Amino acid sequence: MIASRRKFIKISALGLGGILASTSALNIFGKNSYLNEKVVKNISKNFKKTATYCEVCFWKCAAWAYTNEKNEIKKIIGNDDDTHCNGRLCPRGTGGVGMYHDEDRLKTPLIRTTINGEETYREASWDEALDLIASKFKTIKETHGAEAIALLKHGSPGSHLEHLFKAFGSDTIAEPAYAQCRGPRETGFGLTFGSWVGSPEPTDIRDTKCLVLIGSHIGENMHNSQVQEMSDAIDNGATIITVDPRFSTAASKSTHWLPIKPATDIALLLSWMHVLIEEELYNKKYVEKYAMGFDELKAHVKQFTPEWAYGITTIKPAEIRKAARAMANAAPATIIHPGRHVTWYGDDTQRSRAIAILNGLLGSWGNRGGFYFKEKIKVPTYPHPAYPEPKWGWHNLGEQYPFAEMGITSEIIKATIPSDDQKHPIKAWVVAGTNLINTLPEREKTIEAINAVDFMVVIDTMPMEITGYADVVLPECTYLERYDGIRSATNRTPSIAVRTPAVKPKYDSKPAWWISKEIGQRLGLEAYFNYNDFEEVIEWQLNKLGTSLDEMKKIGVKNFERTSGPLFLEEDQEYEFATPSGKIEFYSQQLANQGFDPIPVYTHHPEPSQGFYRLNYGRSPMHTFSRTINNPNLSPLKDENTLWVNPKVARILDLKKNQEVWLKNQDNILSTFSIKVRVTERVRWDSVYMYHGFGHNNEKLTRAFGKGISDTELISKVVVDPIMGGTGLRGNFVSILTENPHKNTEI
Amino acid sequence: MRYAMVIDTLKCVGCSDCVVACQTENDVPIGYCRDWITETVDGTYPNILLELKSERCNHCANAPCVRCCPTGASHIVEGGIVLVTAEECIGCGACIESCPYDARYQHPDGYVDKCTFCHHRLQKGQLPACVSVCPTKCMYFGDLDNPNSEVSLLLKNRKHKTLAPEAGTDPHVFYLI
Ligand code: SF4
Ligand code: SF4
Ligand code: SF4
Repeated sequence: MIASRRKFIKISALGLGGILASTSALNIFGKNSYLNEKVVKNISKNFKKTATYCEVCFWKCAAWAYTNEKNEIKKIIGNDDDTHCNGRLCPRGTGGVGMYHDEDRLKTPLIRTTINGEETYREASWDEALDLIASKFKTIKETHGAEAIALLKHGSPGSHLEHLFKAFGSDTIAEPAYAQCRGPRETGFGLTFGSWVGSPEPTDIRDTKCLVLIGSHIGENMHNSQVQEMSDAIDNGATIITVDPRFSTAASKSTHWLPIKPATDIALLLSWMHVLIEEELYNKKYVEKYAMGFDELKAHVKQFTPEWAYGITTIKPAEIRKAARAMANAAPATIIHPGRHVTWYGDDTQRSRAIAILNGLLGSWGNRGGFYFKEKIKVPTYPHPAYPEPKWGWHNLGEQYPFAEMGITSEIIKATIPSDDQKHPIKAWVVAGTNLINTLPEREKTIEAINAVDFMVVIDTMPMEITGYADVVLPECTYLERYDGIRSATNRTPSIAVRTPAVKPKYDSKPAWWISKEIGQRLGLEAYFNYNDFEEVIEWQLNKLGTSLDEMKKIGVKNFERTSGPLFLEEDQEYEFATPSGKIEFYSQQLANQGFDPIPVYTHHPEPSQGFYRLNYGRSPMHTFSRTINNPNLSPLKDENTLWVNPKVARILDLKKNQEVWLKNQDNILSTFSIKVRVTERVRWDSVYMYHGFGHNNEKLTRAFGKGISDTELISKVVVDPIMGGTGLRGNFVSILTENPHKNTEI
Repeated sequence: MRYAMVIDTLKCVGCSDCVVACQTENDVPIGYCRDWITETVDGTYPNILLELKSERCNHCANAPCVRCCPTGASHIVEGGIVLVTAEECIGCGACIESCPYDARYQHPDGYVDKCTFCHHRLQKGQLPACVSVCPTKCMYFGDLDNPNSEVSLLLKNRKHKTLAPEAGTDPHVFYLI
């Protein structure tokens, strides 16, 4: 067992906190005011609009925060000119007000201390906390080098910290968004088209004639403009094909639902290629002009008939053919969607390659209704001295995975746990905006690593589980209370958006840019932070981009003309893809050179044994992972997850609707809490399903604590993608317990 | 003028954005709601039907809540909108009992509250908050008396239903199916 040097503390010193602003504004409006036109007019006149962009998820929709005369945030409304949201935020963005109002927020810096033999936190001043961090940074740098301090990050705070780290000399940086989420598709599409998919995905859904979703549940993931465009596609009568073992919301909107047996997607994809090629339905002209390796592909998929795939996927050959023909019929206005969370079975880069190749066969890449050529604005870098060259960094930690293109979180964990063959030991962590406990699989390893580090800082707005393991906790203010970097994202047309503070930081919380700068100054890195307020940085950058902060405060988002050429390929256009061959690579020499399959193959994955069910998980539309579960506006919509169980399974196990059950996985890991059963035909009998993000076990999250089960804690087995290091998470199996296994133990 | 709402169940994904937007627009206290989502599942795997839809007060032309209100607090205004005057409401709850849609709730401040079709926004020429936020654009709002309004045309051209028609309330929220 692990020596528990770093005992989890349930953020217990939060007593002093500020006073919660009343969320009921009826007292302002006066009773029944909505009937009184005058009052309403007067009140709404007093609303102030502040330009921001949303931070509740990575879509970063531009929005207006409305504050009343008492400086309370009342509502957040999408910016009409923004291509990410078109004036409509998703439920989480609309409920972003709750992030600000949440009375459970972290309120002051906290420092781990021991009182009467008990580990606890004490409140500290910013100066004390930052001094402590700087002095630890210095000591660790002297003995182990700056590289031994790792940054694990997500979202906007992460980029400010990244600057600090690079200035300090550490490139030991990773985020779960890569190896635990979308990494494989970026690598798979990169190897095929020479381009990452990126975010937002350059899918021309609004003009598509055929949208194919493979385990991608748009409508349950609320990737805003994409959800909007899928709705447009429905209006336009597009064919929607959903491949999912679960009858997802998207499946219910689809023309064809293919209820595939879990873990067999590559077989289906290969058989689709087979049909397209054997029936000569692929886009010959496009393939001839833009692709290479067609002959090898043709020979390769010859054997993968729909009949072969039927035996594996349980999808009838006629259905497979029908779907392939529908795709071909609509091509090139067909999208086989790359998906987003794609770390499933460890052969995910190959599955993404198969998806990319299918799109290539159909001629979708670079054609209307398929994928458009995205464009973004390059925001000039605010001047600072060159970063020092670290001796090692994330590359070295991930060198085992030749196609890793970003830091791999799990490799940082590995390098933190002391072992004999350790080349690059990590001694300290800064965790910013990511709740590693509910994000990373193999929780035991995460905790082992946490126990091994000499020093750990967590920066967050909420007392997420990870904060309980820190030596120093820093309360970040929410996105509604700060300036941040300019949003520039890839889209049909390039745009920029600004985030400006709608209100002052509540409690004693601070923006991440300020935290980074303050630590930087204490480390003698002033030259990298040559400004008093981040406002100055944005102002400088906006001026370079031909606008100003004043203008941006008024418009929030600015759209620019494209300069990189048309959205789609022109008839017979010469086009060089950024691959080694300059073509779409059906056959990947790059993969072959490293000893990987140059064309995807199907591999059989383990299946649940008797009494076990595959643990599948996904998104609830009103939440962003574990981050929003405690949000006072969103929590009432869904405050716990349920275990979806097929009625057949319920009959066998004699489970009733809403019955409380516990789960035990194949490695005998028990769920901490119980979950209520939802008996539904929407899942297969060989798997169970739950929404991700629930089952918080920090009591300080008063609305989220103990509600439902964390799927993550039951994911103790991962299959690592040998190509880029992604962690396949869908190979875990659970049995359902009707008796409380913790009855006689403390949890 | 006859206001009506039309909701396309073929597009609604049940995300609840309409619920949150109503809450922040109308200061609905946390834990209460004026609109909500229902999910209906039919059939057996793999032949399943799923219907998701956003529900609220139906602004009935023949409103039992208005009929049974002892003080006249519940009343119908221009455009057929059913409203409650909070100052006149004694919180007896008769209307809550009589509503076949369960659309009303007891506000913690002692009166009964419900969807107003965002009356205050209509007066400013804005759409109801839920309609204007919906990411799937599956909600439509307008005047049924105008035969060329979007809602009239949708009801003319598409198959639709209302909830609990057997209650004889003449509801004015329609669902495209
Ligand atoms: S999709 Fe929703 S949560 Fe994400 S940025 Fe947009 S509004 Fe915010
Ligand atoms: S916002 Fe629209 S899509 Fe979402 S639940 Fe409401 S009606 Fe349905
Ligand atoms: S019309 Fe207005 S009051 Fe009624 S449900 Fe929609 S947002 Fe709420």
